[in-house]
Amino acid sequence: MIDRRAFLLLAAGALAAPARAQLPPNIAALRKAALGEAVHKATGGAPVRAGRVKLDLPPLIDNGNTVPLSVSVDSPMTEADHVRSIHVFTEKNPQPNVLSAYLGPRAGRAAVSTRARIADTGVVIAIAHMSDGSYWSDQVNVVVTLSACLEDGLI
Amino acid sequence: MARVVVSVPPRARRGDVVEIRTLAGHPMETGFRRTQLGELVPRDIITRFSCSYNGVEVFRAELHPAVAANPLISFTTVATESGTLEFRWSGDNGFVAVQKAEMVVV
Repeated sequence: MIDRRAFLLLAAGALAAPARAQLPPNIAALRKAALGEAVHKATGGAPVRAGRVKLDLPPLIDNGNTVPLSVSVDSPMTEADHVRSIHVFTEKNPQPNVLSAYLGPRAGRAAVSTRARIADTGVVIAIAHMSDGSYWSDQVNVVVTLSACLEDGLI
Repeated sequence: MARVVVSVPPRARRGDVVEIRTLAGHPMETGFRRTQLGELVPRDIITRFSCSYNGVEVFRAELHPAVAANPLISFTTVATESGTLEFRWSGDNGFVAVQKAEMVVV
């Protein structure tokens, strides 16, 4: 026969175990490392300077499941000087990459927009790769009230 | 075939920068969600999008699970000559959608 105290201990353990399995205690550090790795993969370790890129998304997000996001880059978009690619990353998602867009002088203007899922309050980064090989970036801090992936306890 | 919508101006002047907006009907299942029984819902997303203008690729994108359901992608191109823009989405589980749009350049 199981007594009340033992039952409560067992019940608490059963409830806590899956939560522990889903959320490693150093999740923030893990996510940051994943972001750094994704950025490194996109840039090949080249230095990234702030500027020339404008990342536009609302600073306060009610619903993280569809966040309008647009990136524009200050570039003449000529054969000699254009944007090769634009990469967007988020800090808190289970996977940091959002979108990679590849464009060229035929784009006329370096402007791309889409809708993203953002899991939690944090940083969103856009990096542009220029035809001269340099990388430029912009970052925005966003506050998310209703997160994407909330039901999974993934944040 | 999935429902896709593209918005391309039907007429443009030569040299103009035209904005193209595309929308594809797709759930973009992330592969991180679980069912009530705790099983992972397998990933099902569009991974690639490309646009070619008279056969020449002018824009390409790689999509990740962090792109919202029914992905909207908007970009620009220079109207160089009359012709066809072909849009192609492809993704997990053999998903392919192709759409064409005509543009007259004067």
